[in-house]
Amino acid sequence: MASLDDLKKRIASVKSTQKITKAMKMVAAAKLRRAQESAERGRPYSEKMNNIILNLSNGISDKENAPKLLSGTGKNKVHLCVVMTSDRGLCGGFNSNIIKKAKSYFSKILNEGKQLKIITVGSKGNDQLKRVYGDKIIENISFKESKNANYFDADKVGRIIIEKFEAGEFDICTIFYNQFKNVITQIPQAQQIIPLNNEEDHNNSDESYEFEPDEDEILSNLLPKNISTQIFKAMLENSASEQGSRMSAMDNATRNAGEMVDKLTIEYNRSRQAAITKELIEIISGAESL
Amino acid sequence: MSEEFKIEIVNPEKSFLVKEDVLEVVVPAFEGEMGILKDHISIISFLKPGIIKVFSKSGDENYYVEDGIIEFKNNNLSILTSTIISVADLDKSRQGDLLKKAETEASKSEISDQAKYLADQKVEVLRSIN
Repeated sequence: MASLDDLKKRIASVKSTQKITKAMKMVAAAKLRRAQESAERGRPYSEKMNNIILNLSNGISDKENAPKLLSGTGKNKVHLCVVMTSDRGLCGGFNSNIIKKAKSYFSKILNEGKQLKIITVGSKGNDQLKRVYGDKIIENISFKESKNANYFDADKVGRIIIEKFEAGEFDICTIFYNQFKNVITQIPQAQQIIPLNNEEDHNNSDESYEFEPDEDEILSNLLPKNISTQIFKAMLENSASEQGSRMSAMDNATRNAGEMVDKLTIEYNRSRQAAITKELIEIISGAESL
Repeated sequence: MSEEFKIEIVNPEKSFLVKEDVLEVVVPAFEGEMGILKDHISIISFLKPGIIKVFSKSGDENYYVEDGIIEFKNNNLSILTSTIISVADLDKSRQGDLLKKAETEASKSEISDQAKYLADQKVEVLRSIN
């Protein structure tokens, strides 16, 4: 059994850990509100962008010559996966959920005999993936310096992807991120961005638009922008999810630390009592023997 | 019948401006300035660097944009842009910063004709704001 002194030290250390997790929880809660707000504010842009592209692709004259970003290369050989994770740890299952989703997708692709390339955004994803898929990672991007997700970072990632696409390095691009639903639920998502998946609805194709310049040119200019927009959306969702996940993880940790302190305190009191009793018995039996 | 329509300007970070009582909007479309009134035909167009002028019942406003795309449909004007600054907020130092950036961009030799054209436009527009 641990001595009284040891127990005392442990109680103190658990208490200070509890203080840290509590503080982290509060910081995450404050950041969460901001991240959630910006995720919600960013939604109209990506929705509108999607709408316009949908309208455009419905109105496009000949599907054969459509920009490659929309229709794909016609091949399905090399897959590029962009795995978006956080740069910091201590956020519960946030990163591992994305990684799990991505890994199951990876093994599916590899089983089909296709080639796999990976870009990781955020250092935590890179750390977890490089052990198994180290040779597949072609790029590792991290935005440790920027405090909040911003459009320029997303644009940077978008440009890299488009550059590689134009160089013919891959045929299909999928991004992995966590969609923010609420503080306790984040859903890992796999979204295909190249070629654009728009089989959802073609119902409003009777709308006729005037285009200036013509639709092909607009489309070929807009599609790269859309990639950045989708990545930006993923980044916003991700940062809200990260804070939400961290908040609930830290809440749990604080509660567990509290339970542990209670348990240790009981143990401490018991052994203190036992020691006193033992001493008393010693004194009494010593007195009796006189 | 009222002559008003709705405008919505969004940038990636947030919904920048929403107005319901707009009478006319002049946008720097790719092939020249374009005025939009109520019941304009549905249109999708690019923007080049320039000034968006919004005339509404509650006052007129000017915004400087560097790029973007507009969609007009059912009397809803949506403007998507990544860089937008209200001209009223554009003070001398900020204007100077943007101008300097645009000028260095325009003076680069290795850029494409289109990029050069856009950069020149930026310089021109920024010089004209005063």
